[in-house]
Amino acid sequence: MSALNIENLFVRYGTKDVVQDVSIRVGQGESYALVGESGSGKSTILRAVVGMASDWRGTIQVDGQPRSAMGQGAFARHCQMVFQDPFASLHPRRTVDATLSEPLRIHGIGDHADRVVEMMRSVGLDPRYRFRFPHQLSGGQRQRVAIARALMLDPKLLLLDEPTSALDVSVQAEILNLLVRLREDRGLTYVLVTHALPVVSFLCDRLGVLHKGGLVEEADVSVLRSGAFQQPYARDLYAASLGAGDRTRRAG
Amino acid sequence: MPPLLELKNLRVSFPGPRGPVEVVRGVSFDLGRERLGIVGESGSGKSLTGRSILRLLRPPAKVSVDHLRFDGQDLMAMSDRQMRAVRGARISMVMQDPRYSLNPVMTVGAQIAEALRVHERIPRRAVRARVLDMLEKVRIHDPEHVMRLYPHEVSGGMGQRVMIAMMLIPKPDILIADEPTSALDVSVQAQVLDLIEEMIAENGMGLILISHDLDLVARYCDRVLVMNRGEVVEELQAGALHSAQHPYTRGLLESVPRMNETRRFLPVMDRVAGMGT
Amino acid sequence: MSVLDWLTDDAPASRLQAQAGQAWSIARAFARNPLAMLGAVIIGALVFVAVFAPWLAPYSPVGQDLGSRLLPPSAEHWLGTDELGRDIYSRILYGARITLVIVVMVALISAPLGLLIGAVAGYFGGWVDRVLMALTDVFLSLPKLIMALAFVAALGAGLQNAIIAIAVTAWPAYARIARAETLTFRNAEFIAAVRLQGASHLRVIGLHVVPLCLSSTIIRVTLDMAGIILTAAGLGFLGLGAQPPLPEWGAMISRGRSFILDQWWVATMPGFAIIIVSLGFCFLGDGLRDVLDPKQREGR
Repeated sequence: MSALNIENLFVRYGTKDVVQDVSIRVGQGESYALVGESGSGKSTILRAVVGMASDWRGTIQVDGQPRSAMGQGAFARHCQMVFQDPFASLHPRRTVDATLSEPLRIHGIGDHADRVVEMMRSVGLDPRYRFRFPHQLSGGQRQRVAIARALMLDPKLLLLDEPTSALDVSVQAEILNLLVRLREDRGLTYVLVTHALPVVSFLCDRLGVLHKGGLVEEADVSVLRSGAFQQPYARDLYAASLGAGDRTRRAG
Repeated sequence: MPPLLELKNLRVSFPGPRGPVEVVRGVSFDLGRERLGIVGESGSGKSLTGRSILRLLRPPAKVSVDHLRFDGQDLMAMSDRQMRAVRGARISMVMQDPRYSLNPVMTVGAQIAEALRVHERIPRRAVRARVLDMLEKVRIHDPEHVMRLYPHEVSGGMGQRVMIAMMLIPKPDILIADEPTSALDVSVQAQVLDLIEEMIAENGMGLILISHDLDLVARYCDRVLVMNRGEVVEELQAGALHSAQHPYTRGLLESVPRMNETRRFLPVMDRVAGMGT
Repeated sequence: MSVLDWLTDDAPASRLQAQAGQAWSIARAFARNPLAMLGAVIIGALVFVAVFAPWLAPYSPVGQDLGSRLLPPSAEHWLGTDELGRDIYSRILYGARITLVIVVMVALISAPLGLLIGAVAGYFGGWVDRVLMALTDVFLSLPKLIMALAFVAALGAGLQNAIIAIAVTAWPAYARIARAETLTFRNAEFIAAVRLQGASHLRVIGLHVVPLCLSSTIIRVTLDMAGIILTAAGLGFLGLGAQPPLPEWGAMISRGRSFILDQWWVATMPGFAIIIVSLGFCFLGDGLRDVLDPKQREGR
């Protein structure tokens, strides 16, 4: 049984299909990346999975169950999402404590204080920060809160929408390390959406390259590391990404 | 001959609940007709440094500087009116996101023409010719058509090229580019930076490229200043990036994942207690 | 550790401390604004006077003394007497009660109603939004006083009906504000994140959307208080609000109208009371606007 199974997915915004006939299968415990440039439809796929884009056709299955048959509550325990912008994804008037205990309240789980403190420790947040408001936290700390919130209900599938692209490189390193550690400790499955290929190389096992709403190529991460893509578009994307990050290091 | 731009001991502070907080702490550099990169993370003061040169900071920011000279003139002593003549005409700035820095209700052509007309008195026909010429120079294929478009009708990469055209048409001596490509896709980033590089070389201008991306800055600049928490911690020749000595610079270089990444964990920097993320 | 350190601590140790710290920074910013403080003092005085009117007033507000009709201000009657020999000062003090009741009741009815309608319209969008906003626009397009008049005419004159009438005309403004505010963050990721955790629409609106609209609504309500007082006074003036012998300020002006040339104090004194209290609410509202936005407060 795969953690996420998408078959022949079309997603429509307005009158246009922004995702066209995409099929991907992500195994339990796997870390899979969807890469592409803006407008490639990579974020839209995640949005369709979580229900933020409702106009879709095709099949989406989470842990073997059809997405359309899962209620919002049941789905929440299977799958959560971490958003790109840690400034926009936390409620500005709620303390860390309120944000983290909200999922427990919704699902009627008791023992808030202990669970919140324990979760804060496991994402590397000092429990001293428990009663701070988002504006009293740095970008990296906020992203840790967002990750903690996603894990409060103990889901196994985590959707990561550009989780580090709004962060400084040194903070990005910390968050990426955290994601690696959490995946090992908790046996999580990741679906990462990103435009940064080096991040994929660090965090993922497999990747799918999207272009203009379609899946161009799927490959193992070893292919990414050597740059041996089959399709011309994937090769172009690889070359451009090298230019933006690794060219000098390779040349030098 | 004195350098084109001399900046000595720039300090910027903001009032905080417990007294003023200094966010730029004594930055000095000289710039000739060369390409200078300023690299740092958010909060390092790199953007504030760029803006201070054009005197764009408004209260409550407090700016102090020992001297700030451009082409022999003291910028700090200039009146607002004189400063406006410098801004744009002699020192230009390209910002991060073209969507926010272009006027949404003016066509691209009108905006570029405006930039030219503010600083030079030339006949209307000549303006049009210069605008078309400039658009061609920034490699826009169908300038006649693009001139009539509104900013929301052009893509991010084209918007940034329009921005560059607008900034370069009055033939400034210095271009300050503040994260000019971070809002763009990777495939477009290189095009825009190549374009800036080419225009700088062609006009013999000075460039200050401000970015968080060390590799990118090293590739497009002759000299790189690394800033951390308001101070310049290290100055490097672009080719000598890997002989960087300062632990902060080394940390920055190491913490970026690579394309052929095999490390299990990325090295992270030690932070002062309370600064942790 | 001093109380001040406890309040301004960057790492609050409990929910209580976090909330107290927020309240403290709001209060401190508020105290730095002299006009806002003036407004707060005026409104504080209004409340004080309303509560302690029986002890503060030297005479009964309704007791007639036909022997001392229309006396000018003097040591005995500070603000003079009216055509039935009643002490105007005492009537104004008691009138503060009526004014306060009207203002508070109108705010309690119209603000939550407008807030809810606006939040629901903004959050759901689509046809829900169109229907609710069309309704709001109908109410907005009618002049307030005229509509209040129509309601009172239909319901019958009296204080209670005046309150209902004013409340019915006041909510659309709050609905508009709440909707505009909601639209700015309805697609925000923090709302999506709560939905993803399985929260119902009701919970999202009640616990996550409404609190964010609250401060702009409070500000607007405070600024509107002056208008509410004036509308109430207008209704009283036209004889459709509080009925005699209740000492409602608008009704007092109305009675004084016949003597305005010879006994100016009868109409003028309650007029002053209305102006001062209205101004007080305006100052307070402006001050709250500067203070209640956490982004503005940051760094002060």
